[in-house]
Amino acid sequence: MFESLGNRLQSVFDGLQRRGKLTEADVDKAMREVRLALLEADVNFKVVKSFVKRVRERAVGQEVMRSLTPGQQVVKIVHDELIQTLGEPGRLNLGLQSPAVIMLVGLQGAGKTTMAGKLALHLRKQGRRPLLVGADVYRPAAIDQLQTLGRQLDIPVYDEGADADPVKVCANGVKQAAKAGMTTVILDTAGRLNIDEMMMGEIEAIKAKTNPIETLLVADAMTGQEAVRVATDFNNAVSITGLIMTKVDGDARGGASISMREVTGVPIKFLGTGEKLKDIEVFHPDRLASRILGMGDMLTLIEKAQTEMDQAEAQEAGERLLKGQFTLEDFLKQMQQIKKLGPIGQLMEMIPGMGKMTKDVDLSDAERDLKRIEAIIQSMTPQERRSPKILKASRKRRVAAGSGTTVQEVNALLKQFREMQKVMKQLRGGRGRGRGGLSSLLGRF
Amino acid sequence: MFRSIRDSLSRTRQSVFGQIANVLGTGEINDETWEDLEALLIQADVGVPTTLALVDAMRARVKRDNLYRADQLIQALKDELRTILFDAPTFELEEKRQLTVVMVVGVNGSGKTTTIGKLAYKYKGDGRNVLLVAGDTFRAAAIDQLKIWSERADVPLISGAPNGDPAAITYDGIRAARARGYDLLFIDTAGRLHTKFNLMKELEKVYGVCKKSVHAAPHEVLLVLDAPTGQNALTQAQKFKESVNVTGVILTKLDGTAKGGMVFAIYRELGLPVRFIGTGEKIVDLAPFDADQFIEGLFDS
Repeated sequence: MFESLGNRLQSVFDGLQRRGKLTEADVDKAMREVRLALLEADVNFKVVKSFVKRVRERAVGQEVMRSLTPGQQVVKIVHDELIQTLGEPGRLNLGLQSPAVIMLVGLQGAGKTTMAGKLALHLRKQGRRPLLVGADVYRPAAIDQLQTLGRQLDIPVYDEGADADPVKVCANGVKQAAKAGMTTVILDTAGRLNIDEMMMGEIEAIKAKTNPIETLLVADAMTGQEAVRVATDFNNAVSITGLIMTKVDGDARGGASISMREVTGVPIKFLGTGEKLKDIEVFHPDRLASRILGMGDMLTLIEKAQTEMDQAEAQEAGERLLKGQFTLEDFLKQMQQIKKLGPIGQLMEMIPGMGKMTKDVDLSDAERDLKRIEAIIQSMTPQERRSPKILKASRKRRVAAGSGTTVQEVNALLKQFREMQKVMKQLRGGRGRGRGGLSSLLGRF
Repeated sequence: MFRSIRDSLSRTRQSVFGQIANVLGTGEINDETWEDLEALLIQADVGVPTTLALVDAMRARVKRDNLYRADQLIQALKDELRTILFDAPTFELEEKRQLTVVMVVGVNGSGKTTTIGKLAYKYKGDGRNVLLVAGDTFRAAAIDQLKIWSERADVPLISGAPNGDPAAITYDGIRAARARGYDLLFIDTAGRLHTKFNLMKELEKVYGVCKKSVHAAPHEVLLVLDAPTGQNALTQAQKFKESVNVTGVILTKLDGTAKGGMVFAIYRELGLPVRFIGTGEKIVDLAPFDADQFIEGLFDS
């Protein structure tokens, strides 16, 4: 996500980095590019204007002229300004009162219902007891959708059917939660247009009745210039306390998040990053700013690795690796752990410097290669996985047939694995500085 | 029905292009006029490349035709926009044949299911024999949602189990349409981001089933785009076109304040015509897109 903005700015700054000193004309040229890049990223026109103005003021000053690498200094200024504009990290303020009420509002199709499910799961992981309330009585089957999500997550859902009054449903939902000892209530309201006075009146009434501690505007990251108007109108109606950007796993440049944050002044709290219910990320401005500038996002990657990977298993594999007992079985396990982290493209974007490269590479190929390797290893017997040496022509033919690949591909995998083992041995012996491992194996496969 | 179209167009008119008339309406053309023009087009989500191309074309025209007043620019812009919205190719959905197959595709939350409900109602009213296929087997309760629309439109629905194979349900739908003599089949599909390789492959499989089962099918593949979408709309259109040969666009949620300006880029870059606009949540809130009327509408104020 946001990769195109990153690339665009990167190419501007590559130009700057090659020069020794910055002239005012250079700054002007860079600012023109920054402006275009932001506009192309769907940042609102007016927001771009004030952003560029702020960056220019800081850039033309002494700060830049005195520095040794002016280009880097400009990158830093844009980065700092982006962080400032994007605001503080996302943190839910659930207060001390129980149940804490969270109300989700937004346009039709922004992803409120899905987000309600994701948020409930996220909160349960933090030890809270959430209740979902289905207040969308307008969209056909919206309540069924929430009920289905509730069943999938094993989280209770309160609703009164499609003929109920949404204000009453929400008020009753909160009462119900208090009675049942639930600590958090998530109100899933219907999608509505920001100019529909009657419908906006409805969420004002819900807010007045249920007194939510968080009122979150759920918005599509692909939104264009309209973002400013939508955010302003919802904010005027129900004083939102935070933003959730959805569908950020697409390739939209995501300027709407910058615009909405700037005009409302409320923090972005979460990002929706995929179709699965676990695909929700806490928002971090510094990480996003870095990602926008193509500086990578190692922190998110490390965090993901910590939550998804089985620590004990990883350590065991590491030890075996050092002892030189690394087998195809360990290799398969490692690969499966990496796959748990998400699509390779998403991972690559988080690694500094990789964002630019991933643009030109078709990562779906890498995904397919991974799958193929997995299929090949899974077509082997445990004995074969532990000692691949016993794989001769006939066994290879069987493995190839079993995995839907060819003997050549099986051979290629085995060859790479042997080389990897060799590198491991060298590493263990402290000789050479081999750069083996999964990456080289994948790279050559 | 017509009132709602006019209402929604006039809202667009007043909010953006109304401003064009105001801002450019008086005085001589100067540097500021150009800046204002650029700003207005960008704020209508026309997109940076299309805006720059339009402004360049207008500069050339001003020079060539010796225009000097800002209000003359409006006529020039209107002409320029009209050259982008060229005559649309035949709308295959409305051609006569034994069975017409229409796929409806798009990203999550763009309004596919609602639009299919409206389309079913419209063509049933026009005397067509309509059948729906619930191809969104992924999103929770998507099948129930389409079922309610099918009841409202009074057309039958072919559906399978949640998480079933959409291609298999499509095949069942086509067989049912043949056996029972339906002549218009709408296939709902799950929303998917165009960046998801596997989901796009799944869509291609549905496309393949249509292609194999019915001559020249799918006769139309309609991409549902929502008007608030920014410049990513063009990328969406491009990727869906590459995968399943999209033939047209339905622009939804035009009853808000969104301008829908990316339609121009989609016409210009991909040659994809807009067939309908969605103007509300009711079953009648669907109107044919008329390029001339759209452009004219944008300028009266």
